[in-house]
Amino acid sequence: MGYSPFRRGAPPERETKMNETILTAENLKFRYDVSDQPVYALDGVSTQVKRGEFVAVLGANGCGKSTLAKHFNAILLPESGKVYVEGMDTADDDKIYDIRQTVGMVFQNPDNQIVATVVEEDVAFALENLGVPPEEMRRRVDDSMKMAGIYEYRERAPHNLSGGQKQRVAIAGVVAMRPDCLILDEATAMLDPRGREQVMQTIHHLNKNMGITVVSITHYMEEAAQADRVLVMSKGHIVMEGTPKEVFSQTEKVRSLHLDVPQAAELRDELVKAGIPMPEGIIDTGECAQALYELLQ
Amino acid sequence: MLRDITIGQHFPGNSLVHRFDPRLKLVLTIVYIVLLFAASNPLGLTLSILFLAAMYTVAKIPLKMIGKSLKPILPIVIFTAVLNLFFVSGEGEPLVHIWFLTIYAEGVRYAVLMAVRVMALIAGTSLLTYTTSPIVLTDAIEQLLKPLGKLHFPVHELAMMMSIALRFIPTLIEETDKIMNAQKARGAQLDTGKMTERVKALVPVLIPLFISAFRRADELAMAMECRCYRGGDGRTRLKVLRCTKRDYIDLAVCIACFAVILSSRLVFPNF
Amino acid sequence: MADIIKVEHLSYVYNPGLPTAVTALDDVSFTVEEGDFVGIIGATGSGKSTLITHMNGLNKPTSGKIFIDGRDLWADPEKIRDFRFLTGLVFQYPEYQLFEETCYKDIAFGPKNMGLDDAEIDRRVHEAADFVGLDPALLERSPFELSGGQKRRVAVAGVMAMKPRILVLDEPAAGLDPEGRDDILSEVKEYHKKTGTTVLLVSHSMEDIAKYANRVLVMSNKKIAMYDTVEKVFARAPELLELGLSVPQVTKIFLKLREMGVDVPADVYTIPYAVKMIVEAKRRRDAGESLVLPREAKQEGGAATC
Repeated sequence: MGYSPFRRGAPPERETKMNETILTAENLKFRYDVSDQPVYALDGVSTQVKRGEFVAVLGANGCGKSTLAKHFNAILLPESGKVYVEGMDTADDDKIYDIRQTVGMVFQNPDNQIVATVVEEDVAFALENLGVPPEEMRRRVDDSMKMAGIYEYRERAPHNLSGGQKQRVAIAGVVAMRPDCLILDEATAMLDPRGREQVMQTIHHLNKNMGITVVSITHYMEEAAQADRVLVMSKGHIVMEGTPKEVFSQTEKVRSLHLDVPQAAELRDELVKAGIPMPEGIIDTGECAQALYELLQ
Repeated sequence: MLRDITIGQHFPGNSLVHRFDPRLKLVLTIVYIVLLFAASNPLGLTLSILFLAAMYTVAKIPLKMIGKSLKPILPIVIFTAVLNLFFVSGEGEPLVHIWFLTIYAEGVRYAVLMAVRVMALIAGTSLLTYTTSPIVLTDAIEQLLKPLGKLHFPVHELAMMMSIALRFIPTLIEETDKIMNAQKARGAQLDTGKMTERVKALVPVLIPLFISAFRRADELAMAMECRCYRGGDGRTRLKVLRCTKRDYIDLAVCIACFAVILSSRLVFPNF
Repeated sequence: MADIIKVEHLSYVYNPGLPTAVTALDDVSFTVEEGDFVGIIGATGSGKSTLITHMNGLNKPTSGKIFIDGRDLWADPEKIRDFRFLTGLVFQYPEYQLFEETCYKDIAFGPKNMGLDDAEIDRRVHEAADFVGLDPALLERSPFELSGGQKRRVAVAGVMAMKPRILVLDEPAAGLDPEGRDDILSEVKEYHKKTGTTVLLVSHSMEDIAKYANRVLVMSNKKIAMYDTVEKVFARAPELLELGLSVPQVTKIFLKLREMGVDVPADVYTIPYAVKMIVEAKRRRDAGESLVLPREAKQEGGAATC
């Protein structure tokens, strides 16, 4: 089987070398149906994600963002081009379980990724698969449940939890593998505002305090505005890239890609149009209020 | 509505019966069923039922739950009883003779015994599911069947399928409820009309349900792969089933009870 | 105009009499005028989903009465099906209820159940498809070949084709991307304008409610917490925040300004209005007027720590 016994069970050594690249895509091309489909879902995507970063990926439905995410843990393999995870080529069959342990995935529908009928059993699922000894497993399961804030529900049945709680069960189940990177494929899309907030808090906690790299695919601009870096995709290409400020202050361009801009940025733009001088790069409500305060003082 | 359906209902608790090793519990339940047929005289059955009643008391399961578990199989009980009543012929004078039906004293005896036996059987197996969570039960089955794995019998796969089914039953019931409501909102008549119409009216419910179940299965398979699932080889478990000294003592007590019940049949065959 | 919906002391208990009994609605009363566009907001579990399933008789009140177009919904339980066509209900993720071979047949399911003739059904299917912006060429295709957004449109059209007097939508935009969300909501708005149908829209997005509704019903803890025009409800932003609900981002900006002591209105909930207010405030400042908020007013707004 293709996993190193060293990796199995033993916590991966996590070096906090910043600026070290953890995910790399090189001229990645992919089609779902090679024979029938002339259109590429990913059409030459190259990008890198650094260790410890929080990257948000935005784009209209069908832009290829989920397809890109699925390449980062070898669920999909490139038609041409390369994907590397911590230097491992995802096309390398022998490395597949190392890659999936390094890059954990959380999907959109919380119901469809919970396997067990008890919360803690579900959190343990990946570790059971990896053959972690029971004592060590107990410890890691408890740790990740506490981290995701679901420890108190450990003996409950998942179907009795709220959407936000279920999604945190899914996150805990992935975090138990001690991954270096977490990919959220629209993990908050089906949640109510409260559930979304809970999940985002958990993710930010994992990113800031545990040093886990996060790639979050989302439709919610508020979530993207909190990221370190934003990638905007359209028709299989990365079309915008930068800090949330750099991206969202280009309101016209963002809108032309069928995406929303935060209302603060929209208001700033409309004010400028109405002849009121406003500084650039306003994307959240606090900044906007501050700028208006200075204007009206 | 659908939400009220309970499958393999489990009453969490911390009684002696609850804590008893699930593998032993499962085996003992099977032995108990055999016993019901082996010790088939009235005395043996009475003792078996007393034993079961004692177990229910220890497990603190309300007795009305027995009634609840018996309700769905009542037609079967009545059917077997009636069959016995009419088709068991005995010696001596028939009690009743109407047209081609004759009832003998033996028939009555067998009918009653059979009905009691079937009810005890259901109550006994219900005790197992009431006191053992489905997932633990699945584990127990997996472990008990493990030797079959050597014969290339897919033990782990079966257990996995069972536990996933258990996980998704409530989800799919909820979904069925939602779809039914959605179709009713478009004027579908699901609970009125003739039988044939009702069956036809189920199509708009079943098709979306199947499609959704397949979609869920697809997504679940991907999520499982992402969490490094690759079959049963090399897998460990969070909760390992271990028999303690107390389990063995409990086992010994049960075996003793069973032995007494069985010997009652041999010692007093006429009761 | 006349009240199309009148709810009187409606209460609903799940599993009444059992130990698992849960009150989902507690003495709810309100009326909706014909032609209104009402936004319904409330946290999960506040009772809003239970409330809307009462509007077409899918749930029967434990106590209280509901009148649709002046008729008591439960006067004759045999006739409850009539109300299913009077109040069209679009559930969350309605695309999961599609089942027919073609989109056309699926949209026709409701009208067929109404017992309409084929010509009328045909007319309604095309009309409904047009309202949701569904390409007529797609009508003969299987709904399962379509994209998520298109499927959702087919499902919404299936309810519109019944030509209900009231259209109730439970988060019709959930899970769609920003463009899909705007499209479907503006189609509903357009439908509302053209047909005069009363619309109840359940949504978690305050920005959407602000943009499309003219009245807002706020559910909290199984009761109605507020029911008023959009501007009056969003002007009570601090209370909304206390109920665990949010307010549109522009409203937050104006509340923050008030907190800083600037005299701007609190009932701002759309961008154009916000721009107007800022321009106005700037004009006043340039004219030398004081923009300092009077003390008591500031205290009042100060509760709104966003």
